[in-house]
Amino acid sequence: MTIDYKLLQEKSTTIRRHIIEMLYESGSGHPGGSLSAADILSALYFHEMKVDPQNPKMEDRDRFVLSKGHAAPVLYATLAEKGFFDVKEIYKLRKIDAMLQGHPDMKGTPGVEMSTGSLGQGFSASCGMAIAGKMDNKDYRVYTLLGDGELQEGIVWETAMAAAHYKLDNLTAIIDYNKLQIDGTNAEVMGVDPISGKFEAFGWHVLEIDGHSFEAIIKAFEDVKKVKNQPTLIIAQTVKGKGVSFMENAVGWHGNAPKEDDKNKALEELGGVIND
Amino acid sequence: MTKKIATREAYGEALIELGEKNPKVVVLDADLSKSTKTSGFGEKYPERFFNMGIAEQNLMGTAAGLATTGKIPFASTFAMFATGRAFEIIRNSIGYPKLNVKICATHAGLTVGEDGASHQALEDIACMRVIPNMTVIVPADAVEAKAAIHAVANMEGPAYVRLGRSGVPVLNDENNYDFEIGTGVMLKEGTDVTIIATGIMVSEAMEAAEELDAKGISTRVINIHTIKPIDQDIIVKAARETGTIVTAEEHNIIGGLGSAVAEVVSENHPVPVKRIGTMDTFGESGKPQELLEKYGLTKEHIVKTVVQIKKQ
Repeated sequence: MTIDYKLLQEKSTTIRRHIIEMLYESGSGHPGGSLSAADILSALYFHEMKVDPQNPKMEDRDRFVLSKGHAAPVLYATLAEKGFFDVKEIYKLRKIDAMLQGHPDMKGTPGVEMSTGSLGQGFSASCGMAIAGKMDNKDYRVYTLLGDGELQEGIVWETAMAAAHYKLDNLTAIIDYNKLQIDGTNAEVMGVDPISGKFEAFGWHVLEIDGHSFEAIIKAFEDVKKVKNQPTLIIAQTVKGKGVSFMENAVGWHGNAPKEDDKNKALEELGGVIND
Repeated sequence: MTKKIATREAYGEALIELGEKNPKVVVLDADLSKSTKTSGFGEKYPERFFNMGIAEQNLMGTAAGLATTGKIPFASTFAMFATGRAFEIIRNSIGYPKLNVKICATHAGLTVGEDGASHQALEDIACMRVIPNMTVIVPADAVEAKAAIHAVANMEGPAYVRLGRSGVPVLNDENNYDFEIGTGVMLKEGTDVTIIATGIMVSEAMEAAEELDAKGISTRVINIHTIKPIDQDIIVKAARETGTIVTAEEHNIIGGLGSAVAEVVSENHPVPVKRIGTMDTFGESGKPQELLEKYGLTKEHIVKTVVQIKKQ
């Protein structure tokens, strides 16, 4: 399949703009870890995955689970942009009686494959989805995105062990490796390195890529399909807050919403004011 | 003497029947399949059986993921680890998204016996019934256990079934027993007091009722196999018609059947309710019967309690 880099770049920028806009409207939420994952989600939904926004429950669809559920804005922006629901919904993020919950809710939001937010659990559920695919000889793939701090959860390692044991080569986990968590850097809070060594020891195939290069992301998705009898981990080197200069690599933007000035500055950097 | 069968034995048999009937049924265990009795299913349907190792959190999370694809996962381990270790996964990944996972946990309560307090779940009913969307069932005997397993397989949504290690008398007739989730069973009519029991305490309650009748206290016995959704009607009717209620369960008196019954009674038709269960304490090692006697979970204790409350 030809790769439309221009489209992917445009979608990434739009997703980032949506993230800033919706977090400004909601007044709370997680910009840093949403922005760092925008290119990965753009590549998944606008190039790689077989999904149908008109038929979100299509039986043989590929599945994406946002295990780092606090990055819900990047998922919502992507799903809206893909056409799973009206873009207007994103401005009601975290509001009472609205569809988009602070963390993903599979029952209420079309396109959300698993309710997540409590870290590690989405990864575990994706293991179940991959087992089901194997049982039924389906060729769908399961992708799940984890945060780096999320690796500190015990369930992650239970799941890593099981996915290798059951040879789930239809499961691809991606680490959004931006190296920051709420209380500081991973290294300060609870070191997670070496991630590749840990997963390799657990029996996983491991790739390390630049998580902001579409070429690298898509090549990794292709390489993953050639790996047999092993699940694959893609360690995506990313920048927290990517795309908004003053949010990049700043711990303070993990869980704080932009005020009006911040929003305007951010949107300026992301292509200026667009009347839409 | 009535035949005694453990409810976990009935669970194992029911799973094999279900495996034959429904290809969507999948069974997961956490290295306890010989004890939980899921191993029979595993031998017969190895392609639908997954041992997740000693990892209860991922046991529940994987079951949730399987349920999103239309499978009907039965996830089993000891009640302590299912509802304690994996509580938050059950809450967030199964209860909240209302996924069709059947948590069938064995070795609940004091009758675990010799393994002691660390393995005797006395809070599992409380933990499971506070989760929205969760159905909670505590079978009284092997016949009811088998019926309950078939019933939860046929309903949509999460369910917790509490099963035991030790043999319990078979009360119900396998060929003539209608089990309906959420419908209590009046086992014996009576007008002075009602004993509402669940699980292994149902047979104790029946024996206690006979003694009480002989003492001139006409005793009704109700089996509440479904703690949630609870049968309000049968409880309110008992409160109205007998005026006094005693509950009996192999569980902490806080949060289980007794609490659930007291909630219904106090909101609808307040009458005295006395709860029999473990008195907010941990268990210990010992033979199941010795433990039941030491912790007051016997027909003698029920009789004593009813006589006392009727004197007041």
